[in-house]
Amino acid sequence: MKELWKGNLAIVEGAISGGADAYFGYPITPQNEVTEYMSLRMREEKRIFLQAESELGAINMVFGAALTGKKALTSSSSPGISLMQEGISYIAGAELPSVIINVQRGGPGLGNISGAQGDYYQAVKGGGHGDYRLIVFTPGSVQEMYEMTRDSFKAAFKYRNPVMILTDGILGQMIEPAEIDTDNSSYNKTTADTGWNLSGAHKRKPRMIRSLIMGDGALEEHNYKLFDKYKKMKELTDWEETNTKDADVILVGYGTSARINLDVCRRAKKEGLSIGSFRLKTAFPFPSERINELSAKADFVVTEMSMGQMVDDVRLSVSDNTTVEFHGKPGGGIPEADKIFELAKGLIK
Amino acid sequence: MKEISLKETVLISGFGGQGVMLAGRLICRAGMDEDKFVTFFPSYGAEMRGGTANCQVIISDEPIGSPVVDTPDFLICFNKPSFIKFSENTADDSSIIINSDLYQPENSGNYDLYKVPANNIAEECGNLLAMNSAMAGAFASLSNMITLDTLKGALPVILTKRKEKYWSLNIKAAEKGFDYISSL
Repeated sequence: MKELWKGNLAIVEGAISGGADAYFGYPITPQNEVTEYMSLRMREEKRIFLQAESELGAINMVFGAALTGKKALTSSSSPGISLMQEGISYIAGAELPSVIINVQRGGPGLGNISGAQGDYYQAVKGGGHGDYRLIVFTPGSVQEMYEMTRDSFKAAFKYRNPVMILTDGILGQMIEPAEIDTDNSSYNKTTADTGWNLSGAHKRKPRMIRSLIMGDGALEEHNYKLFDKYKKMKELTDWEETNTKDADVILVGYGTSARINLDVCRRAKKEGLSIGSFRLKTAFPFPSERINELSAKADFVVTEMSMGQMVDDVRLSVSDNTTVEFHGKPGGGIPEADKIFELAKGLIK
Repeated sequence: MKEISLKETVLISGFGGQGVMLAGRLICRAGMDEDKFVTFFPSYGAEMRGGTANCQVIISDEPIGSPVVDTPDFLICFNKPSFIKFSENTADDSSIIINSDLYQPENSGNYDLYKVPANNIAEECGNLLAMNSAMAGAFASLSNMITLDTLKGALPVILTKRKEKYWSLNIKAAEKGFDYISSL
């Protein structure tokens, strides 16, 4: 049955339904409800909640819990996620499953507490050092905040890779009806031997997990192995299309910006214009092939709550003679539906 | 009364502590109970009390894109600063409901102005804190999306069992707010 849920709380229920064993976090607006509600719910569910002394503490606690094979997550907002980048690179290097929630706010710097989408490059192109990728899910509704967080551990464990839920302060703070299962009585603490987790070497050979790989050529080999893995992640690619069939123009967005695009689509339909919407559900892997297919017939308008980051990936995906326009608002500004509509209309021949 | 519309956007604004968020969630819940699509989006500073707070509610027959309301069809002002800040930026043919115990503006824009003595109504019902329910009741009488019955039904859900002793007081305030507008 549908109930009214706040995005941030849906994330918490998603993590719990997904079998999270431990949450480590440090408060920051606009995701404070995640940490607060976790402190209540994880205790109710008899799992681990720990408020870390800082974001650095939190991400390294995730690192530590993950190498024992447990399902661990943390959450923060933009400036806090920046502080975590060293740990994220280590976790990716050590190939450990974990989940990191980024409820983005305005930046750069401490910025402000309004919802924003300025961390796309950081999430998708690697905010930490070295050649690594995160699996990046981009929920578009409170329902998806729940479902994507719930399913994130599956992807994280399948690929032994950190997953980032890249959302924003508007989706985190908003309330809408969602169907959320709060019965977690079937939960069992994660105890399975994964073949790599550190569980005490009693009656088996010792294992080692590290991101310092000094042997001659060994790190090069390790990177090739990582990139084979990243290639296989393609099967996770997910998106949603609305009215794209025979569309003259397709609006591309994710999260809140995609919701604004949907409003524009609906208006276009009423005015007899063929404008579709393409909403990313994964930013890595990026749905390049599908966007390329669509670009045979349509031009694009990309909407972001930033000065334009994801638009680069759209431009790399489309065929050569496709026009890609951009409308964005940085620093917590909200893209204007009227402007998107005018840009799209201008592209219709 | 407005024509039957597919979508109503509402902006509720006041001081922190006046129950702005609760009123918004109440209207949102009532909309959901009418089988409408609904969203609620809060906006406030770091203060618990005394700062300004507003929330934005959309009730629609269609799925809702952005939950952000720039130009509301209904502006509900709990105090004077809210009226001054938002009244010049409402939709065409909008309605403004003002808590007239705190501010009595002149009707000077492209909107219908409804002055509701919500503090008095709440105090008559027994507690000033029910002012927000009186204002929500007033909204229900102008809205084509929610009824007084769904609003009253939503009150216990939003107030929760823990605050059961305030249910009847708030229901009464909602009824009186509704009646005040209906009798105009």
